[in-house]
Formats: sequence, structure tokens, C-alpha cells
Amino acid sequence: MSLNSEFSTMTLAQASEGLRNGTFSSVELVRAMHAAIDEKDSVIGAYLAFDAEGALAAAEAADTRRAAGEYPLLLGIPIALKDMFNIKGQPCTCASKILEGYIAPYDATVITRLKAAGAIPAGRLNMDEFAMGTTTEHSAFQVTRNPVDPTRVPGGSSGGSAAAVAGGLALASLGTDTGGSIRQPASFCGCVGVKPSYGRVSRFGVVGSVSSMDQVGPITKTVEDAAILLQAIAGLDAYDQTTVNQPVPDYVAALRDASLKGLRIGVPKECFLDQTDPEVVTKVRAAIDACADAGAEVREISLPHTAYASAVYSVCAAGEASASLARFDGVRYGRRRGAAEDGLQALYNRTRAEGFGAEVKRRIILGTFVLSSGNYDRYYHRAQQARTLIRRDFEAAFAHCDVLMSPTTPTPAYLLNSKNDDALQASFDDAFTVAANLAGICGLSIPCGRTKAHLPVGLQVLAPAFGEVALLRAAEACRRELGV
Amino acid sequence: MSDIKSNVHIDVARVCELAHIDLSAEEQVEFQSQLEVILKAVSKLDELDLTGIEPTLYGHPIESVFREDVNTPSLDLEQVLANAPARIGNEFKLPKIVE
Repeated sequence: MSLNSEFSTMTLAQASEGLRNGTFSSVELVRAMHAAIDEKDSVIGAYLAFDAEGALAAAEAADTRRAAGEYPLLLGIPIALKDMFNIKGQPCTCASKILEGYIAPYDATVITRLKAAGAIPAGRLNMDEFAMGTTTEHSAFQVTRNPVDPTRVPGGSSGGSAAAVAGGLALASLGTDTGGSIRQPASFCGCVGVKPSYGRVSRFGVVGSVSSMDQVGPITKTVEDAAILLQAIAGLDAYDQTTVNQPVPDYVAALRDASLKGLRIGVPKECFLDQTDPEVVTKVRAAIDACADAGAEVREISLPHTAYASAVYSVCAAGEASASLARFDGVRYGRRRGAAEDGLQALYNRTRAEGFGAEVKRRIILGTFVLSSGNYDRYYHRAQQARTLIRRDFEAAFAHCDVLMSPTTPTPAYLLNSKNDDALQASFDDAFTVAANLAGICGLSIPCGRTKAHLPVGLQVLAPAFGEVALLRAAEACRRELGV
Repeated sequence: MSDIKSNVHIDVARVCELAHIDLSAEEQVEFQSQLEVILKAVSKLDELDLTGIEPTLYGHPIESVFREDVNTPSLDLEQVLANAPARIGNEFKLPKIVE
């Protein structure tokens, strides 16, 4: 089988081994990636851009380093990126017209770390505009289709990232997760998506959406690949005061003897009510039962405030996002709209009206409303208080459980353009994922089977803050048990 | 879910002024009803007794981080200004603010 045909199913770990063994070069690997994109992305639409020339130049440099005897794991590995990271010298659009013309003058910390590890940032991936959405349909530029069924959404907001990996157009990618935007598209597309604990990975140079919840994380084919990427990007950063001074464990080594024996798994009953698709319930319960058969101690638990999480998230996220997006005003970057003679206010108002899409405008207006005088106490302050109750739910659960397992999403992927009129669809999609962002804990989604219509079903695993070792070990052990 | 009627009124025009976004009359009408659906769903939080509960602002407690007051390299000025929609020399050019 040629490298071009192997590329679509190749994992990051396999690519690394192939490079180390000299089976192929980085240049050949990047060419295979380019060929895959040329062949299939006209249907999937995952990529906003792919700088083949830049990626090949970096690949040549990596091959030279390897010839000189350097073999770091990520040397010469192309990694595709949600278009929300500043990569020096490249555009960064956040899938929005308002950043038209912007060229990043610096690298985000995660990019600096990938480059230091020898990886090649390769390709900018489609997303919901400013990470606001659960379908990637809110991109200002193009539609991304679920590679499993191109009539369906890939999820969002990191839909391009998940579609690229699941569709064989990338070995691995980085996305961001604010309310589920890594885990939900991973679930919809049938791949692995990890949201690290808040403060585990630097947000410096990542365009901010919700500063108290955003995290960068890997979307990959395997848990091992996710561990490799997380290893490279995690850790304290002087440029991001919210990163935590905790050592980064060897996530890859931690997977080796991953076992379900004696693992205490809590199963939140609130995730298995009528709102959850029966086929999703069946597949997730079967996966959890398999864990029990392999020696895990499974118990039903309650996260009593699950039903309030979406409301808390709607308010807190919109409030913070309205503040984060205030900087997009036509002054320092992006295309300015409005005539100079109309004055500064008009410049702001027209630039933002014409530059932002409808969903972004909606959330900015909601966020401005809940922060405004007369509404702050009723909405925003109360939501922050309710956020404490959600955090306490997890603290109570993790007193008796090592990890929690649930469906990632209530349903599998649905048809494109089918939920446009539903103002609450995003809340529904994120019903089981937002609580982890509110509490700052870590979580991931792994595939756990398919529906009768062959649609992927995701199993969400959650662990306490800075419990990524337990999280990844549980997921890897479960994956081995399920044979997925 | 779109049929829910809200007893919460949001003055979209006023909020647009605060948010510095011009919306067309059609958009204002459309957003009005959509946002009131969302606020109706959010009013579920009214069910909770939050007396004495401290707010959570971040995923973990945040403290200010300090460093020595030493000048370190910053962004390349020319690269930053290359993104300017309008510039005069090393400054961003803007409409007149003060008459």
C-alpha cells in the first residue's frame, strides 16, 4: 500500500515510527497529507487553507535534523490547527470576516511548543465563527461535512479539526473546548477529543472566547496520539497567568499499563434521561458494562445540577465572550467599515455589524445584556453562583469515583441545516459537556460504537482537575476493552 | 422550543448601543424573539436557592502573577502596524474623536 493510501488511517504514533525507521520521510508524509486534502476536502470542507510550500519547507528541515541523528517523537509530524491560533506570518481568521487581512505577528505558546518539539503546523481548519456553535455551520466561509455521512454536521466549534482527523485528511489536530467544542465534534465524527483541565495548557496567542473556560486540546485518532500531543503543549507559561505550576506527567508512559481493574467509575444518571437518544444510551451503557466486566467498579451517581448547566453556561459564556470580542472594532486589525467622516462610533458599529456573523452578534448582545446595569445581579452573578454548585457536584462525585462516564452528547450527528431555527440547539448539544468547562475539570470523548445508521457514538470520560493521567488511562483501558 | 413565549423583555436596540453593533430593523426583530427564547430557558436558574453561595469566576482559584519590572522584547512594531486598517507613521489612524 502506498503512503498516500496509508495516510488516511495512519496514527500520529505510526507516522512517528515510520519516520524514525526511515520507512518514509517528512517530505513524503506532507505530500501524502496534501494529496489526501486534494482528493477529499472538496467534499468534507475541513480546511480553510493549507500552505503546502511552507509545510514542505519545514518537512525538509525536519528530514535534515533526522539525518543528523535527532529523533524526537513529533519531529517532522504535520499537525493541523483550528483557525484560532496565532501562527507567526500566517492569517488567523477564527472563521470570521472581521479578521480579514490579519497576519499574526507572533506564535501562540502552543505553536511555539509544537515547533520546539519539531512538529509542523500544517493547515488551518474550519470552525464556528469565534468558537460559537456546535455544528461549524456558523463559519463565515464554508460548510464542513461529517466525513462519516456528508449530509450531516461534523459538530462544533472544532468541526474542521474533527472532520480532518476522522476523514483521513490529518494525522492529528488541535482544537479548543469552551463548552464541549472538542469533545462534541470528536463524538459526532468518531474520533478522540481531549479537553485538558483549565490552566493545564496555555491560552496565550489563542484568540479568546470565554477566558475562564477555554482550553486547547488534541483531536486525534487514538488516545495515545492525544497523550503525545498533550505532553508537548501542556505546562506553565509565563505569558498566561491562568496556567498552573504543576509538573506535566509523562502521559504517554502512563498509558502502558492502563487497566480497568478496581477503577471506580461513576455514571451520572442525569445523562440517561428521555432527552438522550436510545441508541446512544445503548452503546454507552454497553461500553460501561464492558468496563465493569473487565474489573471496574461501576456505580450510578448524581450530578444534581446537570439540568442547570446549560443555562449557567449560556449566561457566563456570553458575558465573557462579549468582553473578549470587544477588541474587534476595526481599529488595529481586520477590515474597517464605515466612512471616516461618520466618526468613531460609526466605525465601531458598522465594522462589527458587517464583520460578525449572526450567531456571534446574538451572543455579544446576550452577553452585553446580562452584564448590563440592572441585569448583572439577576443573570450574571446568579449564574456564577450556580457555577459553584456545579463545581461542588463534581467534588462530591470525585470523592467516591476516579472517573465519570456518560454519553458525550444526547444524540449522534444530525442533518446539516436542520436546526437553524432552534435558538436552543447549541445548549442541547452541549448539555453533558459544559459542566466540565464550568468546573475546570478535564474530560475527553472516545468512540464507543455506531448507531444502526452507522453514526458514531461518543463516550465521555471526566476526571478531576489535573487528573489527565487517570483520564487518559481510563480511556485507553476502555478503548482496548472495546476494541475501538 | 421556538414556541416558548418569554416574559422577559430585552431592549435589543439599547443593548446594541452598549455592544457597539448596528443591527438592521429586521435583525433586531429576529434577535429579539431568539434572545427571549434563550432568556426564558435561562430563567430556569430562578429555581435555585443561591443564598450564601459564593460565585465561581474561574476553573481554579486565580492569583496575580508578578515578575521583575524589567523591559523585555515585545512584538515587532512593523509587523503589528502592518495589520492596521489605516496608519500614519507608527500610529493607528482613526476618525476624529474630539471636535
